[in-house]
Amino acid sequence: MAIPKVCGIETEYGIVVRDAELNAVTASSMLINAFLGRTETRTAWDFFDEQPGNDARGLLLGEILAPEVETHLVNTVLTNGARYYVDHAHPECSTPECRTTTEVVLYDRAAEEIMRRSMTRAKDLLPHGGEIVVYKNNSDGKGNSYGCHENFLVDRAVPFGRLVSQITPHFVTRQVFCGAGKVGCESPGAVPGDIAFQLSQRADFFEEEVGLETTLKRPIVNTRDEPHCDPTKYRRLHVIVGDANMSEVATFLKVGTTAIVLSMIEDDAIGDDLMLAHPVTAIRQVSNDPSLRTSVAMANGKRMTALDIQWQLLERARSWADRYGMDSVTVDDGKRILEEWENVLHGLETDPLSVSNVVDWVAKKRLVDGYAQRHSLEPTDARLKLIDLQYSDLRRDRSLAGRCGLRTLVDSSTVEQAIDTPPESTRAYFRGTCLARFSADIVAANWDSIVFDVGKDPLRRIPMMEPLRGTRHLTGELLASCATAAELIARLGDTPGT
Amino acid sequence: MVLPMAERTKKQRTAPQRDTTPVSEGDATPKTESTDRLKAELDDLLDDIDEVLETNAEDFVKSYVQKGGQ
Repeated sequence: MAIPKVCGIETEYGIVVRDAELNAVTASSMLINAFLGRTETRTAWDFFDEQPGNDARGLLLGEILAPEVETHLVNTVLTNGARYYVDHAHPECSTPECRTTTEVVLYDRAAEEIMRRSMTRAKDLLPHGGEIVVYKNNSDGKGNSYGCHENFLVDRAVPFGRLVSQITPHFVTRQVFCGAGKVGCESPGAVPGDIAFQLSQRADFFEEEVGLETTLKRPIVNTRDEPHCDPTKYRRLHVIVGDANMSEVATFLKVGTTAIVLSMIEDDAIGDDLMLAHPVTAIRQVSNDPSLRTSVAMANGKRMTALDIQWQLLERARSWADRYGMDSVTVDDGKRILEEWENVLHGLETDPLSVSNVVDWVAKKRLVDGYAQRHSLEPTDARLKLIDLQYSDLRRDRSLAGRCGLRTLVDSSTVEQAIDTPPESTRAYFRGTCLARFSADIVAANWDSIVFDVGKDPLRRIPMMEPLRGTRHLTGELLASCATAAELIARLGDTPGT
Repeated sequence: MVLPMAERTKKQRTAPQRDTTPVSEGDATPKTESTDRLKAELDDLLDDIDEVLETNAEDFVKSYVQKGGQ
């Protein structure tokens, strides 16, 4: 049976410094420091055991550039269980691990609010009207990309080769509903104006089908084997192919459909007939055609459109749900995912404008086309690229996405709570609650452990190798009944299975 | 596993189950209304957009340069 699809999203945000002299790293640090405020209660990230160079395919010979672990930059853990840090000259926020897709949407929105608060507080610190502006996008239009990665808990028993081949058709075609849209093209050798608008921010940057890289020669399936949990039981599939979405429903669909397809792969319920002949070519072909009519070459010699492939995946997802149930994604979320999936495919097929309140690329294209038509602009006019950039501007008074009538899934008071409070159904509950209660006694924390310093004893590392332990159900009473960190550590030794 | 083409096509064209409004060729009114509404919304948005957009598009777009990330 498919295992629970614990999942989360990590987003690198674009930044612009206005009326101040700060480089990107300093500006990113300033945002985080401004958000955190007082330093004495901060908890540092613990880099113990980080191995982003491990490859899921095993030991490979040849030139592979393992990602650098930047231990010297600002890097902290929040009371909602998230990680907020500087990565590659961008501020990055990783949501806590979530049990449901709806929770991922909630914590992705909370991360946005964290960025907004960071902007506001940094502005107060900067002299003379200086400002750091944050963009939730993935490319600067000049060939530089930064990521929005999803992570899913996957059963280690699934052969990695099958996982790669069966997830690839989804990764290539899901952009029809979760592409964030982009004015122009950044593929090497692209002629300005040839591709006026495409579905995805990221498709131009993928050059390999599978691989370890994340910053160059990016692969459609990333092989980083760093589970941050029990490596004998689990993988963490690190998905680097997606766009950052402004639309909550698009985030819901991106994560939800992928969680279902991964569950189907675990249950071997997907088949091999949807394999693409040339995935790297196909991901660009699909992205470059907003009419959605382009067909791509299949490994079996046939041709299918991205919508054909998505309808097939949905059809099989329904059969899988009937046969296996949807416990891996939770039944409530699963039903909603299937329903939204069908609605969005139907809308894209019959009248794409009908999903302009759900699909980012449709909402953005509608603005771009409307503005170009009204002012008789050429496709290469800078004002159209400006609309693209400002769609993802996180300032409320400047954001274009905020004016497009996007349908929401979570209300603002719940988002407000999620800035400080962890989800209850994963180990993030234990991490976040410990930070809120005992931060003075915590030296460092990361995804799978917390290091306590309670004075007289040596430092104590509390391992959290099971993502579905440390939940409110398992640890809520224990945490509530402990007055101090020392008491918690003493009692944890007597409480197996938490 | 693969559905025959005819069956797949039939399923593809099926409207979402919760949409109970029958759609026939002669019944184009709902779509026209929603299209008009969308168009009016877009017009309003485009009326205001210049107040929201950065003032010098050319300079802003040119200076929007990011370091590559993951």
